[in-house]
Parts: sequence; C-alpha cells; structure tokens
Amino acid sequence: MRRVVVVGASLAGVHAIQTLRERGYGGEIVLVGAEQALPYDRPPLSKSALLGTTSFADLALRPPEWYEQQAVRLSLGTPATGLDVAGRQVALADGRLVDFDGLVIATGSVARPLPLPCDDHRRVHRLRTLADAQRLAEAMASARHLVVLGAGFIGLEVASTARQLGLDVTVVEAAAAPLSRVFGEVVGGWFRRLHERHGVTLRCGSAPVAVETPPGGVRVRFGDGTGVSADLLLVGVGAAPATGWLHGSGLDVTDGVRCGPDLGTAVPGVVAAGDVARWHNHLFGEEMRVEHWSNAVEQGRHAAATLLGAREPYRAVPYFWTDQFDAKVRVVGQVDPTGEIAWERQDDTSMVAVFGRDGVVRGAVCVNAPRQLATYRRVIAGRAAWQDVVRDLAPVAPTAAGAGDGRGGNVTARRRGGGSSGQTAGVRGPGTEDQGGDRHE
Amino acid sequence: MAFKVIFDAERCQGYANCLIEAPEIWEFDENSDKAVLLKEFPGDQLRAKAEASMRGCPAGAIRIEDVDE
Repeated sequence: MRRVVVVGASLAGVHAIQTLRERGYGGEIVLVGAEQALPYDRPPLSKSALLGTTSFADLALRPPEWYEQQAVRLSLGTPATGLDVAGRQVALADGRLVDFDGLVIATGSVARPLPLPCDDHRRVHRLRTLADAQRLAEAMASARHLVVLGAGFIGLEVASTARQLGLDVTVVEAAAAPLSRVFGEVVGGWFRRLHERHGVTLRCGSAPVAVETPPGGVRVRFGDGTGVSADLLLVGVGAAPATGWLHGSGLDVTDGVRCGPDLGTAVPGVVAAGDVARWHNHLFGEEMRVEHWSNAVEQGRHAAATLLGAREPYRAVPYFWTDQFDAKVRVVGQVDPTGEIAWERQDDTSMVAVFGRDGVVRGAVCVNAPRQLATYRRVIAGRAAWQDVVRDLAPVAPTAAGAGDGRGGNVTARRRGGGSSGQTAGVRGPGTEDQGGDRHE
Repeated sequence: MAFKVIFDAERCQGYANCLIEAPEIWEFDENSDKAVLLKEFPGDQLRAKAEASMRGCPAGAIRIEDVDE
C-alpha cells in the first residue's frame, strides 16, 4: 500500500495511525476530518470541559508535532462526501478526490437532531463536537434554567454539570425512567433518585410535542398543554453512525458500516473502527456496534492491523463509563433491559446490577464499585452461567411495578463488607479466573 | 526487552480502566478513588495487558518504558 487514508479525525483514527506506524507501515497516511480541530477527546465535553475544570485547549489527543513525526498529511475542516470503492477514491467537500490503497473509516457518530418542530434554534443545543460544547458552555454561563430533552447519557451528564454550575435543571424523558432504554426501568429508577437527590427535576413518561421559542427563552410543550420553560434547551436524544457520506458507495451501512469479525468490510483494503463500525463479535455470538471510548481505541488499533494483513477476529467485552454527580458509573459487556437483571447491591452511594440472557452473564452496571467492574469483565469473558453467578442475588422484577420508588424495595442480596480492604467481589462460579478471552492482540 | 510501568497518581482520575484491562498489575483504592500499581515490573508475559492499561487510561496517567535487563 502506498497510501492509507483515514477518514475521521477521531480517537479511533489516531489509534489506527499509531498502529500503522508501530507495525512498520512506511507509506503515506492522509487524515481527513470534518472539523478544523486536531483530534480531541470527547468524554470531557459534557463534564470537566463544560464545568470549566479542563480547558478546551487541553483536549487534543496528540500534540501537533506528533502528526509530523508520524508523517501524517492532515486534511482538516474538509468532510468526506463520497466513496468510490471501484476507483479507490474518497471525495471531499471542497471537491478534491483523494486516492487510496487502504482506507480506515472512523467517522464516528453524529448527534440526532431535535425530533420536534421548532422555529428558532438559537436556544437549542446539541452536544457532540468541541464547537457544540463551547457554544453550550457560553450559553450556560448566563443561563439560570436548562431543560434537557432526553434522559440518556449525554443528557444526564450535562444535567449533572449544569447543577454543579448552579443552574436549575429539568430533564424531560418520554420513557418511564432515565436510561430505561439501556438499563430498563428499575435500574433506571436508581438514576432518577440520584438526580432528584441533587436537585434535578425529572419529568418522565410524557412525550413533548413541540418546542416553542418565546422571546428570551425556550419552552417544551406537552400534549396536555403544560410545558417547561427555560433559558436554553439541550437535545440529548442519542447519536447515529456518521455514514451519510457512504450512501451509494456499495458498502452496507445499515446501522453502521457492516464489517466482518476482523473489522474488514466487504471491500478489500477498506476497514472500519469505532462508533461507526458494526461487526460480528465472536465473544457474544452476534453483531454489535459500540459507541464508546475504549472501543474506539482498541478497534482503531485492530482495524489498522487488519489493513496490514493480520485478519484476526476482534473479540472484546466492551466497557464504558459515565460520571454523574458523585456516581462513577461503569458499564461492562452488553446490558439488555429485556433479559434477566439482578441486583448485587444498591444503596444511595453505590449500586451493582448484573444482566444476563440465554443462560449466561452478559453485562453489569457498577456505580462506585470499580473492583466489581473488573471482576464482571472476566465473568462475562468466561461466559459464566447466569444461575451460578446470581444464585444469591435479588432478581429485578421485569416491570417497574413496586420498584419505581424503589427505596429498599429490592434489597441488597450481598453487600460488600465496607472499606477498601482489598477483598474481591462477591461473585462465584466459573469465569472468575482471568480467561484471557477478551484479549484480541 | 524488559519494561517498567510508570504511574502518575496525581493524574489518575479513578476511571479504573487499568484494573479492567490488567487486574494482574493494578489494584484500586476506594478511599482515595485512585488506582494502585501492584507490579512495576510485570514481566514480558504481561506486556500486552500492561500496554492495554496504558492505552485505556483516559487521564494519560500510565506510561511504559523499556529498561535494560
């Protein structure tokens, strides 16, 4: 290969470049990015950077000289607009065509737009890019009341940050509880209590029908005529894989770029990594797409290795984090609200919920419980039997009935004995040894 | 080539990703909410895991240096 083009100035893209060079690739590398900024770290955008404790300038993943050292030609501020797999060219927004021998697709995802009619978007915000975060931080500095549409991860993180900055915050969610599409209503109820304890007003279970823009403010209106008025609105209704530029290319882009187990696409010399990649994960026996930080790092590396001919399957137990107030939330594996769920513990300061399906443990949510996270990753990688692991745990009722207010409703089945005495999590059964099954290098 | 893990506890923000990636090398102190480096010289068989913990640290608190045996 004489030239590899990496489309997406992203975490996955940077790690792909680093791996290409580490593995001895000496040809040209061109990095194409839609934004002007050098690749930067996104998780702080809703947390420390928005709070002001991290400078926006400090978010760069690599210093400018790194790209020179790695002999990377930068083409930033020029989004890719098309792909010609037969002619092996990427089209850019400024009209240029860039030839490639190898292509890494790492365009990530885009925030879904406001799904409601709205005449004036000046007080409507999304949060995906550095520019989004700077605009939101500026608006929050002079605002008193923020309304968040959507109690997903971004919405709840911004709610937490805004409360810490002293704003009044109302979160509007159509589902019955925050995060219920991800965790189910009962585990979602834990997050409702967390936010309510910190003064967030949650309005769950009713879908707004319009966003109005009275002078100087914004108002989310519901079908019954009631509404929530605020100074600004954050739309946090999820993200979609950034595949618009690939339509018509011949690649399968149904919910992400479809890849084989090794992250190669159906076109030789074209690989994908990060949020945008849908691949078959042997460890779970299914196709998945993961929109999280660590996955972007490891898939960036893996896709680069595949491009250089390694062709190993990418097997991984994905994990991610979200910080909200004093809750360090860590999620490992696949959590599925329609499967089985059991509490290992839950109280105001910490919580561990285990998720299973088809007789095996597949995921866990651990709040302020870092050791459990590491333990469950091994349990999941070892495909431990659900019955063995949850034998003594309290099942979570399949519906939220009686648990919505949940204070003490589902008792803790097994509580760790306090302190940081170095004891391991109370999980037994197969798979607690390091199986090594989640490594992929 | 042997290697050494260098941990900057000041930078650690308690993500615990290192513990997920390499529980043989890391522990976690829930009082300080920071990682604890157990093995400064993990040995070559743990190199891939040590490197994964370095990459997996969002705070950039972990480095790996080659050392002469």
